[in-house]
Amino acid sequence: MTGWRSLLQPHRIVLMALFAGLVVWCAVSLRWDWIPQYTPLAIEGAWRTIWILVVTTVAGFLLAIPLGLAQAIGPWYLSVPAKTFCTIIRGTPLLLQIWLLYYGLGSLFPQIPWIRGSELWPYLRQAWPYAVLALTLSYAGYEGEVMRGAFAGVNKGQLEAANAFGMPRFTMFRRIWLPQAIRNVLPTLGGETILQLKATPLVATITVVEIYAVSSRVRSDLFIVYEPLLLLALFYMIIAGIIALLFRRFELKTGSRV
Amino acid sequence: MELILDTLGLAKSAELLSLSPPGWGGNLLRGLANSLQIALGAFGFGLVIGLFGASGKLHGGVVVRDLLAIYTTVIRAVPELVLILILYYVGTDLINQAASALGYGRVEISGVVAGIWVLGIVQGAYATEVLRGAIQAIPQGQIEAARAFGMPPLMLMRRVTIPAMMSYATPGLANLWLIATKDTALLAIVGFSELTLETRQAASSTRAYFTFFLAAGALYMIVTLFSGAIFARIEKWARRGQPSLREAGK
Amino acid sequence: MKLKTLLAAGLTASALTAGAASADEVKIGIAAEPYPPFASLDASGNWVGWEVEVIDAICAAAELDCVITPVAWDGIIPSLTGQQIDAIMASMSITEERMKTIDFSDPYYNTPAVIVADKSMDIEPTPESLAGKIVGIQASTIHQTYANTYFGDAAEIRVYQTQDEANQDLVAGRIDATQADSIAMADFVNSDAGQCCEIKGAVANDEAILGKGVGAGVRKGDDALRESLNKGIAAILADGTHAEITSRYFTTSIYSE
Repeated sequence: MTGWRSLLQPHRIVLMALFAGLVVWCAVSLRWDWIPQYTPLAIEGAWRTIWILVVTTVAGFLLAIPLGLAQAIGPWYLSVPAKTFCTIIRGTPLLLQIWLLYYGLGSLFPQIPWIRGSELWPYLRQAWPYAVLALTLSYAGYEGEVMRGAFAGVNKGQLEAANAFGMPRFTMFRRIWLPQAIRNVLPTLGGETILQLKATPLVATITVVEIYAVSSRVRSDLFIVYEPLLLLALFYMIIAGIIALLFRRFELKTGSRV
Repeated sequence: MELILDTLGLAKSAELLSLSPPGWGGNLLRGLANSLQIALGAFGFGLVIGLFGASGKLHGGVVVRDLLAIYTTVIRAVPELVLILILYYVGTDLINQAASALGYGRVEISGVVAGIWVLGIVQGAYATEVLRGAIQAIPQGQIEAARAFGMPPLMLMRRVTIPAMMSYATPGLANLWLIATKDTALLAIVGFSELTLETRQAASSTRAYFTFFLAAGALYMIVTLFSGAIFARIEKWARRGQPSLREAGK
Repeated sequence: MKLKTLLAAGLTASALTAGAASADEVKIGIAAEPYPPFASLDASGNWVGWEVEVIDAICAAAELDCVITPVAWDGIIPSLTGQQIDAIMASMSITEERMKTIDFSDPYYNTPAVIVADKSMDIEPTPESLAGKIVGIQASTIHQTYANTYFGDAAEIRVYQTQDEANQDLVAGRIDATQADSIAMADFVNSDAGQCCEIKGAVANDEAILGKGVGAGVRKGDDALRESLNKGIAAILADGTHAEITSRYFTTSIYSE
């Protein structure tokens, strides 16, 4: 963390030289001539990955707030369903959830004639709504659990003080409870968002053409294994790095890292 | 009318899920056995990597520490699905090349071993972090005392470090185990017949998607809840003799 | 020490599941995803179907000790080159593109490619008719290459890991048409699930893409295995075994010179 100078230690220079050698070896001995042909497709896929990631984390987080609240202070008829939902989402593989929604739920819709005739049908026959729904629910399930702890972790004295000032309950929630709970979860949120990024390639199995699907296409068109997978790994590492940096800046700004 | 349909529907599901053919219940259970076998192996393999990784990160030289940092960072940033594909092909390629270089014929690599290898390496990165945190949480005096008595490093690890860190590491390890059971589902994509792929095959052969996906979901849930109970007991055992969290907080 | 026991445990575990493997076993890779009526899994976990029986017959005729090994279809060629399997017999068409990477035996069946769509839809197997429609195809197949080449500009191509998934989505109305092998599709439209749909006709042939029939894929230079398989294929074609198996699955021959 001491900046560029720490890279100049002798063993690091040797490691970097070895790494550079590896990169050169890859560039020379592996096959890269296909890149220009697939670049437009890859950009489209990368864009779709990022779009899915952003939409599902935002929607999932918004859903996680009531889930966390219900578990933290809700009456039993709210907290039990919320807890059950989180347990089921966290206890079963995401791949299974995606397939259940797309192949299970999705195959029921067309059997209902009015759905097939409705304006929703053009969307329901696409794959992405199922992908977005599955990933949103998954993120909400994991974050709901985190938010429960965050709400419970806010200092009770502050809430009592606000109450004593006669602050309305909703204002109290909006001005005191929620901001502090979010500040509490920010350090874990970055990690959870990277986990969500790592879950996005699963939607390729239901025909959503994101970056992983593009790499599969290259693999199957050209029968090469390592080249597209290595580039894919690089892509995810860069995005994960960007997410980590963004959250770190955000944390510094809000002062949640002590 | 609806009630009759309902019972009829359930009767059909029960028939589809029965254990002997023409029911597919046996296939699901076989898939579950495969999943658990891989999850156990990968978890164990990951723990071994994690133990060495954690001690390397804490006591290793500069080069070892840098290499381990690269390992854990890369593994934690790249999707498991991509890692599984890369490691699957790299692993089998390397083993076959090594075997032919040594003059053996082709080496048989079963799906179970490949799955354990692939998921184990992924688990190892997370286990390294969990165990490193747990070792750092041990009061330093305990380790110094053991050193002062002249305990050799391996014995120190076995008699002091591992027992003392157990209580700190159990929650993280429980989480890792659950991740291991769920990650086995990803092997479906490389065509290995664990629970998710068996479910998929049963569902598409019979067109009863809901029945099979829900049944598989229930099986995964049972594993999760059951492991939760076991880990709670392990944690209680590992914490024996320590003040409970509530008391300690007072 | 721990690592050793673990390795040993892993090895015994693998031996339990895979059984003892002898050195001269030939691992025949088939797609792990069901592809009826050629290869599918029954409830007791056995692979059954036309192609499975033909594999057995070819291996028996060629005196090979074959083991059927399911592999994910979209990684099946890398599995062959990576030596996880020795031959591919998974309804894989012999094409120029694949010949750059692997070798093929003589063909053991050949069928045209057809377009299947809903009965109520007025669709013909031409690029003009499919314009603006959603066409589902299986990844890594000749149909994918064909559809991308001929329909890709005007139609939306949706790619599936298995033909079975494309069929499901055709029934569910999420795609308008699918292009696939005529025999598999005939089986599908005659099944309960495929009642909605019918074969709209064969696509215009393009041998460079659609290939010269289905053969067994082997590693480049593995001529011994290729020759044995050719011998087996010739033998079952000559002694009537091929025709006998075919007659139990199909009403017409699926092999022509």
